[in-house]
Amino acid sequence: MTSKILIADDEPNILISLEYLMKREGFEVHVARDGHEALEVLRRERPRLVLLDVMMPGKSGFEVCQELRADESLQGTLVLMLTAKGRDTDVAKGLAMGADAYMTKPFSTRELVQKVREMLDGAPA
Amino acid sequence: MRERALMLATAAVAGAAALLLAVFGLGGGALVWSTLELGQREALAAALGDRMALLFMVAVALCAAVAGAAQPLIRRWIAAPARLGEQALAVVSSGVQRDLEAADGGPALQALAQAFNELARQREQLRRDIADEVARASRGVEQERNRLAALMSELTQSVVVCNLDGRILLYNNRARMQFRALSDAPTLADGAELIGLGRSIYTVFDRRLVAHALESVTQRVQRGAAHPSAQFVTVTRSGQLLRAQMAPVRAAEGDEAAGAISGFVLMLDNITREYEQESERERLLHGLTEGSRASLASLQAAAEMLEDEALEPAMRERFLDVVRDEARAMSRRIAGLAAQNAQGLATRWPLEEMLGADFVQAARRRIEAQTGLATGAGEVDESLWLKLDSYSLLQALGYLAQRLRDEFEVRALHLRLAAAPEGPRARLDLAWTGQAMSTETVMSWEMDPIATGSEASALTVRDVVQRHGGEFWFERDRVRHQAFFRFLLPLAPSAAAQEAAEAAFLRSESRPEYYDFDLFAGRESQRELDDRRLVELAYTVFDTETTGLQPSQGDEIIQIGATRVVNGKLLRGESFDQLVDPGRSIPEATIPIHGITPEMVAGKPRIDEVLPAFHAYARDTVLVAHNAAFDMRFLQLKEERTGVRFEQPVLDTLLLSAVVHPNQDSHRLEAIAERFDITVIGRHTALGDALVTAEVFLKLIPLLAERGIHTLGQAREAAQKSYFARVSY
Repeated sequence: MTSKILIADDEPNILISLEYLMKREGFEVHVARDGHEALEVLRRERPRLVLLDVMMPGKSGFEVCQELRADESLQGTLVLMLTAKGRDTDVAKGLAMGADAYMTKPFSTRELVQKVREMLDGAPA
Repeated sequence: MRERALMLATAAVAGAAALLLAVFGLGGGALVWSTLELGQREALAAALGDRMALLFMVAVALCAAVAGAAQPLIRRWIAAPARLGEQALAVVSSGVQRDLEAADGGPALQALAQAFNELARQREQLRRDIADEVARASRGVEQERNRLAALMSELTQSVVVCNLDGRILLYNNRARMQFRALSDAPTLADGAELIGLGRSIYTVFDRRLVAHALESVTQRVQRGAAHPSAQFVTVTRSGQLLRAQMAPVRAAEGDEAAGAISGFVLMLDNITREYEQESERERLLHGLTEGSRASLASLQAAAEMLEDEALEPAMRERFLDVVRDEARAMSRRIAGLAAQNAQGLATRWPLEEMLGADFVQAARRRIEAQTGLATGAGEVDESLWLKLDSYSLLQALGYLAQRLRDEFEVRALHLRLAAAPEGPRARLDLAWTGQAMSTETVMSWEMDPIATGSEASALTVRDVVQRHGGEFWFERDRVRHQAFFRFLLPLAPSAAAQEAAEAAFLRSESRPEYYDFDLFAGRESQRELDDRRLVELAYTVFDTETTGLQPSQGDEIIQIGATRVVNGKLLRGESFDQLVDPGRSIPEATIPIHGITPEMVAGKPRIDEVLPAFHAYARDTVLVAHNAAFDMRFLQLKEERTGVRFEQPVLDTLLLSAVVHPNQDSHRLEAIAERFDITVIGRHTALGDALVTAEVFLKLIPLLAERGIHTLGQAREAAQKSYFARVSY
């Protein structure tokens, strides 16, 4: 079974690598370049997991996460937040907004893949 | 008044004469009549009958003559003593030493006046003796207060002390400057509308904010905290950021309320600039960390993807683009940061602002004292303000001079100061004629700990330079056969320089009345203004100079001068003095009166600007003027146009003078001032007249009290009733 993944980030330079990486790992990958688009794709494609950047124009990752958690139909979606905000207060806020995990940029792609796998394996399908 | 009294007295004399004449004439007539025979009576009646009218006219003429003759006597024996009595009362109550005269009275009256003068002199002597005693006793207290005031005025932190009502009872120079910067629209009042003894601090700070801080201070006091102070930061109306630290003032020992809070001290810091710098630093740091994180993430991910053996060439090229792009972005970011950093954002060492020329002076003194070398000042740019750690920099200069003397036998040194062409910095050169030195020597001098005589310091010249975010090098001027050490030092921002210059200016003025501890006692009474006592009110005493006497026919104000009276004290230091461009010509004939020429008002603000400033200055006070109706009419005629209404009560010293001295001929300001022995300086400038009026007013208050006039309401009522009030202006 291929899991569907959404990558939401406004920086094309990271998006290109993440997209390549996740496809190589055998996931079905969708991308979104801002918060609005992310919610749109979430509702349309219902991915199992979303890699969500915090700093996005329009709607921030925090807001997207909050809306996602408020939406009954999207309950089960796993959220891995990716952000350049490294302060522990930001981590706390991300987790409070409903993120399942939090990774601070920069990160190693190997660890990212490992984290994604752990999350998918740990969660009931 | 005087003439009316004389007329009445004369009429009374004439009446008395008529009465006497009637009694004696009719009595005598009746007596004669009774001794006559019938025939004689008829003959007399026939003889007199037709001439009765003539007799009557003779009688009237006689009465008139008597009354006329009595007039000088009345003047001499009734009017003169009355006047003398009034003058005497004035001397008694005002306490002013002034010789009485009874030139129009008789010798006895003159003797009386002399005796009175002698008594007054004795009283004056006694009073002086007592005053000397008291002065000796209170000199100690006074000295302590002055010492406190002197201390306060020199502090570079601004301090304001208020009572629990928020009324200011002490402030210093620095506070005044700061409030001047805070003052928004009516700049003409120069901050004097915000800070002043007896003024409310709540015109600057939100009342709730201060109340909140005071509450937490009170709580801490009750808890017995060692340092019960509170702090708040507020944005003023003009957008400045002020940090205020509040500490309680507690009632002194021996007071019945000892220990209770009777007021508070505010220490104010304008942190606008620091805050801006801090925010800028924060922004840079933020940009550096978060921006770099994002770039690094892209770089790392791309690099890791490039390791993929199976990568197709097109995809490889895209990942390489990412790497190149992010590397460029990071370079740009670092370059931007370095540029801003160079503007002194990185300097954390607290530097003071100092006039460059002053520093050069200090450096020369230091070098001469330390090394005995002759120093000269080369070209020094007098306009430069530096940001310095002057102590360590002086040490460094002294150290270098000493090594030059000891190791290079240098005999004389020159100091130069100029703006650096390469940016917002100054060049400070320590120059000498003679031998150059090797780079190694310069390096070792720069890196050796600074040791001057017995003093050793852990610092090196390089440390000192780094503290300033500056540079230091050795250079040779072959043309002039000179060698020099050059320091690049940061310049102070121009605003700071201006502020410091103002501070220096203010400091050179005589110290005005900046404190009034009596205000501690006065809790604001909840009574209506009219019921409050004259002595406890705050007044704005003002005067205007105008182009003429007819405001309704186009005459305009050309000068407003005002001063404040608070708690029975005249506050000369808080005056308002403003020339006004009337927007019309100034009649030639009036110039000798007020001394204001068209050139003087050219370019001055118009009344539309000045009135709001004056209005703010007069806020929460009672207005006082001499012949106030005149000045008020000028102000009132502008109400509609400027929207500024002076609705506070007004007192008129002319009317009040008439209340206390109804029998005096003149109530002109000069005449009253002379009666009260007030020295008149600068009369016929608006401020000069306002100051005289204020002094007159202060003398009138106790005289009014003797007449049972204690409150504002009573004073206004008495003024209304005075004779002069009924004469139209």
